[in-house]
Amino acid sequence: MNLRNTIVFILIIALIGAVAYSAVYGIDSGKIKIPTAREKIGLGLDLAGGVYVLLEAQTDETGPELDKKIDQAIAIIRQRVDGLGVSEPNIVKEGSKRIRIELAGLKDTQQAFDMIGKTAQLQFVDPEGNIVVTGKNVKNSEVAFQKGSTGVEEPVVSLEFDKEGAKSFAEATSRLSAKADAKDKVIFIVLDDKVISNPVVRTTINDGKAYIEGGFDVQSASELATLIRAGALPVELKEVQTRVIGPTLGLESLDRSIYAGAIGLAIIFLFMLIMYRIPGLIADIALTVYVLLVLGIMIALGVKLTLPGIAGLILSIGMAVDANVVIYERIKEELRAGKTLRASIDSGFKRALSSVLDANITTLIAGLVLYYFGSGPIKGFGVTLIIGIVASMITAVFITKSLLKLFVGTNLAKNTKLYGA
Amino acid sequence: MNFIQRRNIFFILSALVIVCGLIYGLSTGLNYGLDFTGGTLLQISLGKTVPVEDIRKITDTFDTKASIIHAGEGKEEVIIKSTLDLDSQERNEVFAKFKEEYGLEDDALIESQKFGAAIGSEIQKKALLSIVVATIGMLIYISFRFEVKFGLAAIIALLHDTLVVLAVYAVFNIPLDSTFVAAILTIVGYSINDTIVIFDRIRENLKLMKKDKYEDIINTSIKQTLSRTINTSFTTLIAIVTLYVLGVDAIKDFAFPLIVGVIVGTYSSIFIASPVWYLLKTKLKDKNGVNINRA
Repeated sequence: MNLRNTIVFILIIALIGAVAYSAVYGIDSGKIKIPTAREKIGLGLDLAGGVYVLLEAQTDETGPELDKKIDQAIAIIRQRVDGLGVSEPNIVKEGSKRIRIELAGLKDTQQAFDMIGKTAQLQFVDPEGNIVVTGKNVKNSEVAFQKGSTGVEEPVVSLEFDKEGAKSFAEATSRLSAKADAKDKVIFIVLDDKVISNPVVRTTINDGKAYIEGGFDVQSASELATLIRAGALPVELKEVQTRVIGPTLGLESLDRSIYAGAIGLAIIFLFMLIMYRIPGLIADIALTVYVLLVLGIMIALGVKLTLPGIAGLILSIGMAVDANVVIYERIKEELRAGKTLRASIDSGFKRALSSVLDANITTLIAGLVLYYFGSGPIKGFGVTLIIGIVASMITAVFITKSLLKLFVGTNLAKNTKLYGA
Repeated sequence: MNFIQRRNIFFILSALVIVCGLIYGLSTGLNYGLDFTGGTLLQISLGKTVPVEDIRKITDTFDTKASIIHAGEGKEEVIIKSTLDLDSQERNEVFAKFKEEYGLEDDALIESQKFGAAIGSEIQKKALLSIVVATIGMLIYISFRFEVKFGLAAIIALLHDTLVVLAVYAVFNIPLDSTFVAAILTIVGYSINDTIVIFDRIRENLKLMKKDKYEDIINTSIKQTLSRTINTSFTTLIAIVTLYVLGVDAIKDFAFPLIVGVIVGTYSSIFIASPVWYLLKTKLKDKNGVNINRA
């Protein structure tokens, strides 16, 4: 037996084992804390439970006008959803006039609908609680730049009122700027009962144009301007598709799927070990790496796991096993043809490569198309399939090969019977 | 076993399954899921098994044609499907009636869905488009790496798998929805993978067995890859069957067609794809006609 190779082989196994352990059970030693894969992986709506809404703008407008309105509507919805305390709400534009909202883990769905559907109320309120002007008096609000007290150009938010608004605003500002105490000079800008800005009035503003200063950066200024501009939803939105999934349904499916997956994997490991003996053991190690790799990529890319996604994973496990099986059957054939162990492994890999590559690339083409053309669950399936295939090619071709050669190099088992001959 | 000589048996067997399944399924009506038809779905946990008539009392207030299905373990859940478009407000009113009638909490609402009919047809179109484009992409790749006839044979086998699975959905009345599309895709992905490995062996043997007939080359190739085909299908089936046995209802609806699909996909790689390639190769003249004497 070759000591150096044996030590390297054992170290690799130990490392894979440690990573697998931390993925399943997590590590918590006070200093180092590694959460389990189950805690880290993002769940799609069908597993986490929650609300999914697809809204469609009821308008005939097109082009940049429509884009601007949809963007405004998204900004308002986001502002409202933030008040719900949903973790990572997903609010995106779909096509040209639709907005897709996904709120995972939300319990009170009625509240969500109320929040999303209602018209926003933008109000300018004085310290005594009088409403000075409302959102419908705001003509425009944009990011502008002014020299601040330090002499540096700073982003500010400009406001422009219509005639009526300008009048009320002039009246209020002259009244407030005359006050002695700074805290009585404040105008509260309130959106949906939430104070989004509280500027101090310095002078009377007669021309209906005001600036809100106060330590903005470009992004926060443009967010505030968007919110003010969009005091009301700029366009009527109709609910074209909704789905509410109770949290119990999703979590139960996930836990039972994980349990089923673990048992399925255990049986596959056993089967490979019995069918292919030593290469089977190597395949089991490679498959462990494969599963960790897939989970790792999914966590790193923030891919959310969905029910169809779980199916995609199972399929790719099948294909990862297949790559190993194709290679080992080839090695068996070479051994039976009377070649030595090393020569059989080399030519077995070489001759199986074209078949493994062609099979995987064909499926990869399908996966890419689904990702590109599909929407919702089909896209999710495509992503999982792509990740699975890439990981299975890496593990089957490189990891299996190097581990198998390393093991042969340890000289622990020389009998070709152990390699399936 | 001579796979090529007995090809007609396999073709007839497949045709029988597809035709009978689809006729039976279409006569009883396909169970279209919400996302294909548009409409509303409510799934409520009532905590006890309630007879359909009692549930009708509530559902008749908004749709006398609503379908009512019991679900869950112990049949304590009820799924109400209506072709009407109820918005969230209206759905909540319906749920409120159930809450009142059976003294339920808010979390008794397991699932509620609504699809506009327009969205349904859009999802169908998109799904169909992605499948067609994926098929063309695979056909191009296989033609480039093997030859066009291999590509055509592989696609015909895929079509066969899709039809068989559709027949299974029809016979067992499994809802056709987005998950159906995902299931078909899974099966197509698996089946093509399976077929390519056999075709790869045929490609290799074509070079090694220059003197032999196509029939013998195909039979040899299938036999050489048989243990791999069976082992792979077996391992994949292990994973899916465990999921079917241990999974929840939503997963069962998905896992069952996959089980059928893996079996059918394996069958079609051996008994459909290779014989079809043989037919294409021998019945269609090559440009130079040299291959005919090898038939």
